Amino acid sequence: MKIRELIEVLHCEVVCGTDFLDTEINFGFASDLMSDVLTLQQSNLLLLTGLSNLQSIRTAEMADIKCIMLVRDKHPSEEMIELANDNDIVILRYSSSMFKACGILYNAGLKPVY
Amino acid sequence: MSGTILTYHVDGGDFSNAGNASSNIKKYLKQLNVDPQIIKRIVVALYEAEVNIVAHAFEGDITATLSPTDISIVLADKGPGIKDIGLAMTEGYSTASQKVREMGFGAGMGLPNIKRNVDEMNIETAVGKGTTLTLKVFFVPKS
Repeated sequence: MKIRELIEVLHCEVVCGTDFLDTEINFGFASDLMSDVLTLQQSNLLLLTGLSNLQSIRTAEMADIKCIMLVRDKHPSEEMIELANDNDIVILRYSSSMFKACGILYNAGLKPVY
Repeated sequence: MSGTILTYHVDGGDFSNAGNASSNIKKYLKQLNVDPQIIKRIVVALYEAEVNIVAHAFEGDITATLSPTDISIVLADKGPGIKDIGLAMTEGYSTASQKVREMGFGAGMGLPNIKRNVDEMNIETAVGKGTTLTLKVFFVPKS
């Protein structure tokens, strides 16, 4: 699934990274715990998180994750957007819960990591 | 890349800059065309270790030495040290503060995950003085 397709499915907002919406995403992983994200082998995944701080972007950078969705109506800081832009990372915003986002994306065909 | 040494200073508690050293080393390794999977292993381990300094120590220094075949990274901090390394290596054990947990860390996954991602790891620690973590990753996976 391309990032632009999951945006259409969820009707979520693109915060930054509009040049990379044709990136292919196969897996979804939902966590507020970055230590768990750093244990994953897969890279072509969407990270759904309610953790809206610099460490979520840093974690994505280190784990080669190209797309982060902030759930529960969280807003990223300017520093987060700047860091994401520096690393070609797409940030999406979703106003509803992580549970709802996961359910819709799972039904749309996004696979779990394990 | 032979003999290249990269050094960084890390301040304890400075979460806004946590990951700067790891980010810089990642960019350097990409310029050297190191295998992306190997880079990911190196920087995931390094980032966990860098966050450990920010989370637990007063300050620390990171020194990365690159040879044609591998990268060796020494993370030496001044801090409380580790009372029980066996416990610290156990998944789920953590002494992290609430602030560290709010940053998405402190679940007791750090050291075990570092060990999984590197080829060699050594910890020297003295309670009340600090901890020195030494990591090594080869650029070509050992068969």
